Amino acid sequence: MMEWIKTTIVPHFNFWIYVVIMMLGLWAAIGKNNLIKKLIGLSIFQTAILLLYVSMGVKEGASIPIVDETMGEAAVDFMAQGGGAAGATAFPINPDLFANPLPHVLMLTAIVVGVATLGVALALCQVIFRDFGTLEEPEILNQIQTIQDDV
Amino acid sequence: MQKLFATIAVIITGAILLNAVEDFPRFGDPHSPPNSGVSGGSVSSSVHYLQNTYLDTRVPNVVTAVLADYRGYDTLFETAVILTAGIAVFAILRVVRRKDEEESTGSEEKACSGEFSTSDSDGEGRHRVVVGTACRVVVPLAQLFGFYIIAHGHPSPGGGFQGGVVLGTSFILLALAGGLGSALGRLREDMYLRLACLGVFIYAGIGLLSLFFRRNFLDYGALSGLLQTGGEEMARSHGIFGVELGVAMTVTSVMFALFANLSTRGELKGGL
Amino acid sequence: MILPLDIILLIFLVIAAVVALKLRDLLGAAMVFSTYGFLICLIWAEMGAVDVAFTEATVGAGISGALMIATIFKTARKSSD
Repeated sequence: MMEWIKTTIVPHFNFWIYVVIMMLGLWAAIGKNNLIKKLIGLSIFQTAILLLYVSMGVKEGASIPIVDETMGEAAVDFMAQGGGAAGATAFPINPDLFANPLPHVLMLTAIVVGVATLGVALALCQVIFRDFGTLEEPEILNQIQTIQDDV
Repeated sequence: MQKLFATIAVIITGAILLNAVEDFPRFGDPHSPPNSGVSGGSVSSSVHYLQNTYLDTRVPNVVTAVLADYRGYDTLFETAVILTAGIAVFAILRVVRRKDEEESTGSEEKACSGEFSTSDSDGEGRHRVVVGTACRVVVPLAQLFGFYIIAHGHPSPGGGFQGGVVLGTSFILLALAGGLGSALGRLREDMYLRLACLGVFIYAGIGLLSLFFRRNFLDYGALSGLLQTGGEEMARSHGIFGVELGVAMTVTSVMFALFANLSTRGELKGGL
Repeated sequence: MILPLDIILLIFLVIAAVVALKLRDLLGAAMVFSTYGFLICLIWAEMGAVDVAFTEATVGAGISGALMIATIFKTARKSSD
């Protein structure tokens, strides 16, 4: 048992926690009755996915992805001297010293788009409350059923 | 019943995902496939970005450069999605009444005269002295900080999205402290709707401008002759800044539009 | 990347998520959800994603909570589950 934990959970403990958070969000999105609670669950689901992406770009002992001034000027000098060895196209920055910037870029826009779509969902909740007087899913379904029966 | 189904679905999905977790690389491994590429195969594109960003754009912050230049299409259409969300909330909630228009313009003029309107339209007339005074100090600082974030996206963390949200939050703070009327007096509805569209227009316009120099869409290096920068690298840096300004305009106005419509159920009067 | 801090923050994150989903008072749930956003912001700063942490600090801990509270004020505050 201890051996299994050591070889399976410990190297991937963060992914296990992301899956737990993701399943909490999924459970709330399916099982909760209140529409606002469903939206909170969906947002938690979304953040779990964002966490998964960003944690892919983490490097042990790496710094934030901002190339500091001295290294930047060294890069310009490198190009001024003809780009180093023949055939070399890239400045020899060690990529292990900086976190992977690509997941950050993709997730940064996703967060802002996420809050904009959350606003649309909340607007729909307000319209539903204006029409049905409640945000509980079973009561809304009952009212829709009675309207259909009348017709 | 619903909860039982939810629990069963969650357990099955969770078991499948946890089974797949074993194939992921170790947390913090600098040589995992997403970080350095497949061994013996192609190099990950993030390595290319890290090594070439300063040479190509003179922007120390790799995230800003990749966001606005290398992956400009992505950001352009994300900005369009934010604009669409703002328009959707407007279309779902906004109630326009012809009679109320005269009254609302009257209250806006009062708010424009420089005082925080401490009374809401519900007629309670509460004077929120502490909140109003604190706001008068905090709001200008927050807006200055927002502009700082937009302008310093190149050498430090920040950029159009973050600065735009901070600017939008400053207007929301104004609305929370002095009623929505005092915030709408400073950023009227027709102004923020125009500002939101203008942001996307600026972004797409800078991209279109490079088409006139026989280059690709969103290739800011083509603007070096127009901007008199002397090199394509600085032209890309200035192009990124222009794009971030457009993003900030859209995000500011859409965030304020969302709050203004949601907090008044589309009436744009009274507030919380 | 600081491993002990990462573990502590992730445990707090799970607790915040459970509390946000369990509370029947929606206003309290929205506030715990803002706390959740702030914890996520701390995790991203700890992972070295400063730009993402900045965005989450303004969006997750600020705007989304304000929008949710605005909606709860205009609709019902109590939740059945």
